[in-house]
Amino acid sequence: MSALWILLIVLAIAVIGYVLGRGRAMASAGGDIRNLHSLPSYYGFNAALTGLVPALLLMVLWTLGQPLVIERSVAGGLDLAAEATAADRSLLMADVRRVADGLDAAVGQGVLGGDASRALENGDEIRELLGGIGVALGSDVTEDTLRAAQRYRTMSHTGSLAMTILVIAASLGGTALAYRMTTRDFRARNTVERGVLVLLIAAACLAILTTLGIVLSLIFNTVEFFRLYPATDFFFGTTWSPSFGGGSSLGILSLLWGTFYISLIALMVAVPIGLLAAIYLSEYASPLVRSVAKPLLEVLAGIPTIVYGLFALLTVGPLLVDIFGQDGVLGVDWMGGGTAVMTAGLVMGIMLIPFVSSLSDDIINAVPQSMRDGSLGLGATHSETVKQVILPAALPGIVGAILLAASRAIGETMIVVLGAGAAARLSLNPFEAMTTVTAKIVSQLTGDADFSSPEALVAFALGMTLFVITLALNVFALWIVRRYREQYE
Amino acid sequence: MTDASAASAAAPPAVRKSSLHQLDARTKKRNASEARFKAYGLGAVLIGVAFLVALLYAIISNGTPAFTQTFVTVEVPLEPEAVEAAEASFVKTSAYREIIYTALAERLAEAGIETDMGPEELGQILSSSEAGQMREFVLANPDRVGGTVEFRFFASSRVDGYSKGRVTRESLARDNNLSAAHLDLVDRMEAAGIVERSFNWDFIFGADASDSRPEQAGIGVAMLGSLFMMFVVLFLALPIGVAASIYLEEFAPRNRWTDLIEVNISNLAAVPSIVFGILGLAAFIQFGGLPQSAPLVGGLVLTLMTLPTIIISTRASLQSVPPSIRAAALGVGASKMQSVFHHVLPLAMPGILTGTIIGLAQALGETAPLLLIGMVGYIATNYPDGVASGFLDPNSAMPAQIYEWAKRADPAFYERAWGGIIILLLFLMTMNIVAILLRRRFERRW
Repeated sequence: MSALWILLIVLAIAVIGYVLGRGRAMASAGGDIRNLHSLPSYYGFNAALTGLVPALLLMVLWTLGQPLVIERSVAGGLDLAAEATAADRSLLMADVRRVADGLDAAVGQGVLGGDASRALENGDEIRELLGGIGVALGSDVTEDTLRAAQRYRTMSHTGSLAMTILVIAASLGGTALAYRMTTRDFRARNTVERGVLVLLIAAACLAILTTLGIVLSLIFNTVEFFRLYPATDFFFGTTWSPSFGGGSSLGILSLLWGTFYISLIALMVAVPIGLLAAIYLSEYASPLVRSVAKPLLEVLAGIPTIVYGLFALLTVGPLLVDIFGQDGVLGVDWMGGGTAVMTAGLVMGIMLIPFVSSLSDDIINAVPQSMRDGSLGLGATHSETVKQVILPAALPGIVGAILLAASRAIGETMIVVLGAGAAARLSLNPFEAMTTVTAKIVSQLTGDADFSSPEALVAFALGMTLFVITLALNVFALWIVRRYREQYE
Repeated sequence: MTDASAASAAAPPAVRKSSLHQLDARTKKRNASEARFKAYGLGAVLIGVAFLVALLYAIISNGTPAFTQTFVTVEVPLEPEAVEAAEASFVKTSAYREIIYTALAERLAEAGIETDMGPEELGQILSSSEAGQMREFVLANPDRVGGTVEFRFFASSRVDGYSKGRVTRESLARDNNLSAAHLDLVDRMEAAGIVERSFNWDFIFGADASDSRPEQAGIGVAMLGSLFMMFVVLFLALPIGVAASIYLEEFAPRNRWTDLIEVNISNLAAVPSIVFGILGLAAFIQFGGLPQSAPLVGGLVLTLMTLPTIIISTRASLQSVPPSIRAAALGVGASKMQSVFHHVLPLAMPGILTGTIIGLAQALGETAPLLLIGMVGYIATNYPDGVASGFLDPNSAMPAQIYEWAKRADPAFYERAWGGIIILLLFLMTMNIVAILLRRRFERRW
């Protein structure tokens, strides 16, 4: 039975539980609501929740655990040569799964009877059969694989059946228990509220689980990577030339350089424009101008990064080549192709303008009016007030905003994937193509689910580096803001 | 006598001739610097707005051609023997293709357009999807065999580019598919009404097509993939986000554990989106065994990514409900839980919905994590069979499809990518406008 049906059945049981629980409470009170401890609906909710929550929890855990258990048990049954690595094993298991899924699909489409599917023994026959229904098998199906696949199928069938029975039983049991407990004196509201509170806490803890998930998935695969590739070569190597055939050198330094160079250019574009725009909008602009210009700038922040990526690749890149390239406006031959550090940096700078400007705007507005008035009263011009009073007061906040923008720039992916090029280089020329950590994560992992080669695993080490850098920048930014914030009032 | 007057007495005649009508040099300098500074600020705002205008101009000018398409209208006689022979042959489409080419040549002759090209060469004007289109029609309408059917075939991407000004006669010099002579022919066919450009619904509702057929590619299937992902995000992120915010805002005691949760949430909001893609790949696909490229997995990843946004905005709108409401509810005997769910939450709902819509809009435009879980490549080619397959079968999403087109070599795909961006931005704009209207309509000042 599919998960959807189980879910519907459990939900139906919960609804019935609600009606029954409510009914029983009312009956025990003799139909007079004043004799009940709680409102009648609470008795209903109590029955529904006790039927629903444990059953759903069981279902989720079972769905997560079953493949792991089956995998382990089936893989244990495979005759693998002693020298077989984890990669061989995972390849073989993928075969087993494919055959098993294929057979299930065949039964599902009615090509094969249930008994006939279990009686199959010949590998070639299966290959042909599955080919007929559109499941292509890579290698030949050996006896061993077939046996394992059959075992896999049996186990997953039993597993699903057991899950269906247990989940429905848990749901019925919970409802029955709640129904039995329902009397006129049962403190239903307190029970339900406690249950709801637990659910709320669980939701809040999901944030921790996510972080934990990120850290664990990065750490495990990074450790795996460092087992295959020396950490010193990774952190201090300057060449980046992965080849999936082996013998690749995976030094992060050139990627880091590209990342920082592009971010630097982006900040050089975004910080002056964003900061000056924020100053103008908060100090000089009339309310009308402000109400028009501020939303317009913020539109830039709402545009998805893929749009900026395309803009870099197809508009800004060719434009820059027209200016700085061969036969360009300037007559200099600095730029060979449209994808370059400059292209990506410029476009990323545009993306960051609203980020810098709205953060700085908030900070500048937080500077008390009395300080402006004091400075103006002493005869300073408006710009002197801004430069000598407001900016120093707002400085920690602005530095924090710039650091946050830097962390955004370092983690940005689509613009550099499309606009910066693919070659890893250590060079000072901003018109050359370079690449970044994020772009390489994408190119090493796209569409690849086999994490056994260092070339794929390196993406996790890159991700770890990225995570640590951006996290450190964020924490540092918050620390600066807190540490150096001027306290007024 | 003070020191000051003593000093002035010592150096008497240097009287400052300061006047309000005649500014001294220093004041002039200061005023000039003031004007300069103001101009810098205005300049910065204008530059920012100019960037926005340039971006929008690039999108609109490059993207609108994607919505029109050059079609070739041909009346093809469906003779039963020919159709039967085609179905019996080994490469069925090439047999159909011959029928179409002959019909096209006849149509030209009928319209009085003389050409020395053979049918085979003439056929280059048509998209290579024509035979499949015709075969599908024949299989779907067997009763029409025997009559003459008017087909509207896609013109090939080069011809289409010519009518949109992207392809010129000079640029065809090195092209071995189409020659300048073809373009002359196309001009005359257009005059005769055989070739025409009209709105292309297939771009909006169609599926992705292979590298060699940009004229056939559409964004419809990817749009559906995005829709399924948004369902997942909405049904997971909204309840979980609201529940988490209610706990943190209304119930959580101030202790180390809740501090940890809060720090976590604010940090998650700043984690680069690609890291969420790595998490999705490792946790859902590698560890959890969920299918690759599935909108379900994409939705889960985007859920984790949007949660911090939704939590932050929900907490802000819960905070904006004045404490007097809670006190009043508690005062008439409601429990804490009742005061939150019956009074605070409904009052905060407009703000929560606004935040959710903005979070959804952010998720809709996100690309990087989807690349890692494999929602990219030539996969958005078939409509899903049903709801379950919509969640579990490989599909793409709008931004991932745009990325896919941007990577392909043929410039005809770039036009599609820009067009896709217009559609994506229309969705985002609608969502944001709905959010703004919601806020305007329901926002309360306490």
